[in-house]
Amino acid sequence: MFSLSDTSITCSPENLQNPAAGAYVSFEGWVRNHNEGKEVKSLEYEAYHALANKEGERILQEAKEKFDILESLCIHRIGHLQIGEVAVWVGVIAKHRDAAFLACRYIIDEVKIRVPIWKKENYTDGDSGWVRCEHCAGHVHG
Amino acid sequence: MKTIHLQYFAILKEKRGEARETLQTEANTAAELYQDLKSRYHFPLSVDRLRVAINEEFSDMDTTLQENDEIVYIPPVAGG
Repeated sequence: MFSLSDTSITCSPENLQNPAAGAYVSFEGWVRNHNEGKEVKSLEYEAYHALANKEGERILQEAKEKFDILESLCIHRIGHLQIGEVAVWVGVIAKHRDAAFLACRYIIDEVKIRVPIWKKENYTDGDSGWVRCEHCAGHVHG
Repeated sequence: MKTIHLQYFAILKEKRGEARETLQTEANTAAELYQDLKSRYHFPLSVDRLRVAINEEFSDMDTTLQENDEIVYIPPVAGG
Protein backbone atom coordinates (compact mmCIF):
# COMPACT_ATOMS: atom_id res chain seq x y z
CA MET A 1 0.00 0.00 0.00
CA PHE A 2 1.19 3.52 -0.79
CA SER A 3 0.24 6.35 1.53
CA LEU A 4 0.97 9.96 2.34
CA SER A 5 1.41 11.02 5.94
CA ASP A 6 1.34 14.46 7.51
CA THR A 7 2.80 13.14 10.75
CA SER A 8 6.11 11.44 11.58
CA ILE A 9 6.60 8.09 9.91
CA THR A 10 7.02 5.32 12.42
CA CYS A 11 8.97 2.80 10.38
CA SER A 12 7.85 -0.67 11.10
CA PRO A 13 7.50 -3.91 9.17
CA GLU A 14 4.47 -4.87 11.28
CA ASN A 15 2.10 -4.52 8.35
CA LEU A 16 4.30 -6.71 6.18
CA GLN A 17 4.21 -9.91 8.16
CA ASN A 18 3.86 -13.08 6.16
CA PRO A 19 4.98 -16.54 7.30
CA ALA A 20 6.38 -17.27 3.82
CA ALA A 21 8.78 -14.30 4.11
CA GLY A 22 12.48 -15.00 4.54
CA ALA A 23 13.73 -11.51 3.82
CA TYR A 24 12.76 -7.98 4.79
CA VAL A 25 14.42 -4.93 3.19
CA SER A 26 13.58 -1.35 4.05
CA PHE A 27 14.76 2.04 2.90
CA GLU A 28 14.46 5.38 4.69
CA GLY A 29 15.04 8.68 2.94
CA TRP A 30 16.08 11.37 5.45
CA VAL A 31 16.04 15.14 5.30
CA ARG A 32 19.68 16.21 4.99
CA ASN A 33 21.15 19.57 5.88
CA HIS A 34 22.52 20.47 2.45
CA ASN A 35 21.63 20.32 -1.22
CA GLU A 36 23.55 21.58 -4.23
CA GLY A 37 25.89 23.67 -2.11
CA LYS A 38 23.17 25.29 -0.01
CA GLU A 39 22.65 24.74 3.70
CA VAL A 40 19.13 23.46 4.24
CA LYS A 41 17.28 24.42 7.43
CA SER A 42 14.02 22.55 6.83
CA LEU A 43 11.76 21.57 3.98
CA GLU A 44 8.19 21.19 2.91
CA TYR A 45 6.63 18.44 0.85
CA GLU A 46 3.43 19.04 -1.04
CA ALA A 47 1.49 16.36 -2.93
CA TYR A 48 -1.33 16.10 -5.41
CA HIS A 49 -2.99 13.50 -3.21
CA ALA A 50 -5.40 11.84 -5.61
CA LEU A 51 -2.82 11.19 -8.30
CA ALA A 52 0.10 10.58 -5.91
CA ASN A 53 -1.82 7.74 -4.29
CA LYS A 54 -2.78 6.23 -7.64
CA GLU A 55 0.73 6.46 -9.07
CA GLY A 56 2.28 5.16 -5.85
CA GLU A 57 -0.02 2.14 -5.91
CA ARG A 58 0.86 1.49 -9.55
CA ILE A 59 4.57 1.46 -8.67
CA LEU A 60 4.03 -1.05 -5.87
CA GLN A 61 1.98 -3.22 -8.19
CA GLU A 62 4.72 -3.07 -10.83
CA ALA A 63 7.28 -4.13 -8.21
CA LYS A 64 5.16 -7.14 -7.43
CA GLU A 65 4.96 -8.09 -11.11
CA LYS A 66 8.67 -7.57 -11.80
CA PHE A 67 10.14 -9.19 -8.69
CA ASP A 68 9.31 -12.27 -6.68
CA ILE A 69 8.14 -10.44 -3.56
CA LEU A 70 5.28 -11.03 -1.15
CA GLU A 71 4.33 -7.52 -0.04
CA SER A 72 5.52 -3.93 -0.18
CA LEU A 73 4.66 -0.68 1.55
CA CYS A 74 5.65 2.92 0.93
CA ILE A 75 4.87 5.95 3.07
CA HIS A 76 5.83 9.47 2.00
CA ARG A 77 5.70 12.47 4.28
CA ILE A 78 4.04 15.72 3.39
CA GLY A 79 4.16 19.01 5.27
CA HIS A 80 7.01 20.68 7.13
CA LEU A 81 10.02 18.49 7.96
CA GLN A 82 13.15 19.14 10.01
CA ILE A 83 16.68 17.87 9.34
CA GLY A 84 16.98 14.17 10.12
CA GLU A 85 13.30 13.35 9.81
CA VAL A 86 12.21 10.42 7.69
CA ALA A 87 10.83 11.78 4.40
CA VAL A 88 10.02 8.46 2.79
CA TRP A 89 9.93 4.85 3.93
CA VAL A 90 9.84 1.72 1.77
CA GLY A 91 9.49 -1.81 3.10
CA VAL A 92 9.49 -5.04 1.12
CA ILE A 93 9.22 -8.66 2.17
CA ALA A 94 10.04 -11.64 -0.03
CA LYS A 95 10.88 -15.29 0.23
CA HIS A 96 14.53 -14.50 -0.59
CA ARG A 97 16.70 -11.40 -0.24
CA ASP A 98 17.58 -10.73 -3.89
CA ALA A 99 14.03 -9.91 -4.91
CA ALA A 100 13.51 -7.83 -1.75
CA PHE A 101 16.60 -5.68 -2.42
CA LEU A 102 15.73 -5.18 -6.09
CA ALA A 103 12.09 -4.34 -5.45
CA CYS A 104 12.97 -1.87 -2.71
CA ARG A 105 15.39 -0.10 -5.03
CA TYR A 106 12.84 -0.09 -7.86
CA ILE A 107 10.13 1.40 -5.66
CA ILE A 108 12.16 4.29 -4.26
CA ASP A 109 13.64 5.13 -7.68
CA GLU A 110 10.24 5.20 -9.36
CA VAL A 111 8.57 7.12 -6.53
CA LYS A 112 11.17 9.86 -6.83
CA ILE A 113 10.63 10.41 -10.54
CA ARG A 114 6.92 9.65 -11.02
CA VAL A 115 4.80 10.50 -7.99
CA PRO A 116 3.47 14.08 -7.97
CA ILE A 117 5.19 15.28 -4.80
CA TRP A 118 7.15 18.52 -4.63
CA LYS A 119 9.85 19.66 -2.24
CA LYS A 120 10.53 23.19 -1.13
CA GLU A 121 13.82 23.75 0.66
CA ASN A 122 14.20 26.50 3.24
CA TYR A 123 17.84 27.56 3.43
CA THR A 124 19.78 28.87 6.40
CA ASP A 125 20.37 32.17 4.57
CA GLY A 126 16.62 32.82 4.52
CA ASP A 127 16.15 31.97 0.85
CA SER A 128 13.95 29.08 -0.29
CA GLY A 129 13.25 27.22 -3.48
CA TRP A 130 11.25 24.44 -5.11
CA VAL A 131 13.67 21.67 -5.96
CA ARG A 132 14.04 21.06 -9.73
CA CYS A 133 11.76 24.01 -10.50
CA GLU A 134 13.63 27.16 -9.58
CA HIS A 135 16.71 27.01 -11.79
CA CYS A 136 14.72 26.67 -14.95
CA ALA A 137 12.64 29.54 -13.63
CA GLY A 138 15.62 31.84 -13.89
CA HIS A 139 15.50 32.27 -10.13
CA VAL A 140 18.87 33.13 -8.63
CA HIS A 141 19.47 31.96 -5.09
CA GLY A 142 21.05 34.28 -2.57
CA MET B 1 -16.01 28.48 -24.60
CA LYS B 2 -15.45 25.68 -22.13
CA THR B 3 -15.54 25.67 -18.36
CA ILE B 4 -12.32 24.23 -16.93
CA HIS B 5 -11.43 23.58 -13.31
CA LEU B 6 -7.80 24.05 -12.37
CA GLN B 7 -5.84 23.00 -9.33
CA TYR B 8 -2.37 24.39 -8.70
CA PHE B 9 0.53 22.91 -6.76
CA ALA B 10 3.99 23.90 -5.61
CA ILE B 11 5.62 26.69 -7.61
CA LEU B 12 2.55 27.22 -9.77
CA LYS B 13 0.34 27.63 -6.70
CA GLU B 14 2.75 30.20 -5.30
CA LYS B 15 2.87 32.17 -8.53
CA ARG B 16 -0.88 32.01 -8.99
CA GLY B 17 -1.61 32.83 -5.36
CA GLU B 18 -4.53 30.38 -5.37
CA ALA B 19 -4.83 26.61 -5.04
CA ARG B 20 -7.72 26.34 -7.48
CA GLU B 21 -9.90 28.25 -9.87
CA THR B 22 -12.59 27.71 -12.47
CA LEU B 23 -12.38 29.61 -15.73
CA GLN B 24 -13.79 29.88 -19.22
CA THR B 25 -11.39 29.25 -22.05
CA GLU B 26 -11.28 29.03 -25.81
CA ALA B 27 -8.09 26.95 -25.69
CA ASN B 28 -8.44 23.64 -27.49
CA THR B 29 -5.74 21.64 -25.73
CA ALA B 30 -4.07 21.45 -22.33
CA ALA B 31 -0.91 22.91 -23.87
CA GLU B 32 -2.78 25.89 -25.32
CA LEU B 33 -4.49 26.58 -22.02
CA TYR B 34 -1.13 26.50 -20.24
CA GLN B 35 0.28 29.09 -22.64
CA ASP B 36 -2.61 31.41 -21.77
CA LEU B 37 -2.11 30.87 -18.05
CA LYS B 38 1.65 31.26 -18.34
CA SER B 39 1.34 34.72 -19.85
CA ARG B 40 -1.51 35.72 -17.55
CA TYR B 41 0.18 34.67 -14.30
CA HIS B 42 3.84 34.83 -15.35
CA PHE B 43 4.42 31.15 -14.65
CA PRO B 44 8.16 30.53 -14.82
CA LEU B 45 8.05 27.02 -16.29
CA SER B 46 7.80 26.36 -19.99
CA VAL B 47 5.24 23.81 -21.10
CA ASP B 48 7.89 21.23 -21.99
CA ARG B 49 8.94 21.10 -18.31
CA LEU B 50 5.46 20.03 -17.22
CA ARG B 51 3.22 17.02 -17.24
CA VAL B 52 -0.52 17.36 -17.15
CA ALA B 53 -3.22 15.44 -15.32
CA ILE B 54 -6.77 15.54 -16.61
CA ASN B 55 -9.52 14.28 -14.31
CA GLU B 56 -6.95 12.76 -11.93
CA GLU B 57 -4.96 10.83 -14.54
CA PHE B 58 -1.74 11.63 -16.37
CA SER B 59 -2.59 12.77 -19.84
CA ASP B 60 -1.11 14.24 -22.98
CA MET B 61 -0.61 17.99 -23.42
CA ASP B 62 -2.25 17.71 -26.84
CA THR B 63 -5.44 16.27 -25.37
CA THR B 64 -8.52 18.20 -26.44
CA LEU B 65 -10.17 19.86 -23.47
CA GLN B 66 -13.70 18.85 -22.58
CA GLU B 67 -16.34 20.83 -20.71
CA ASN B 68 -15.73 20.64 -16.92
CA ASP B 69 -12.36 18.93 -17.18
CA GLU B 70 -10.24 19.10 -14.04
CA ILE B 71 -6.72 20.06 -15.01
CA VAL B 72 -3.53 19.95 -12.98
CA TYR B 73 -0.24 21.05 -14.47
CA ILE B 74 2.54 19.06 -12.82
CA PRO B 75 5.89 20.80 -12.33
CA PRO B 76 9.01 18.61 -12.11
CA VAL B 77 8.46 16.30 -9.13
CA ALA B 78 10.93 15.96 -6.27
CA GLY B 79 9.73 13.31 -3.85
CA GLY B 80 12.01 11.13 -1.78
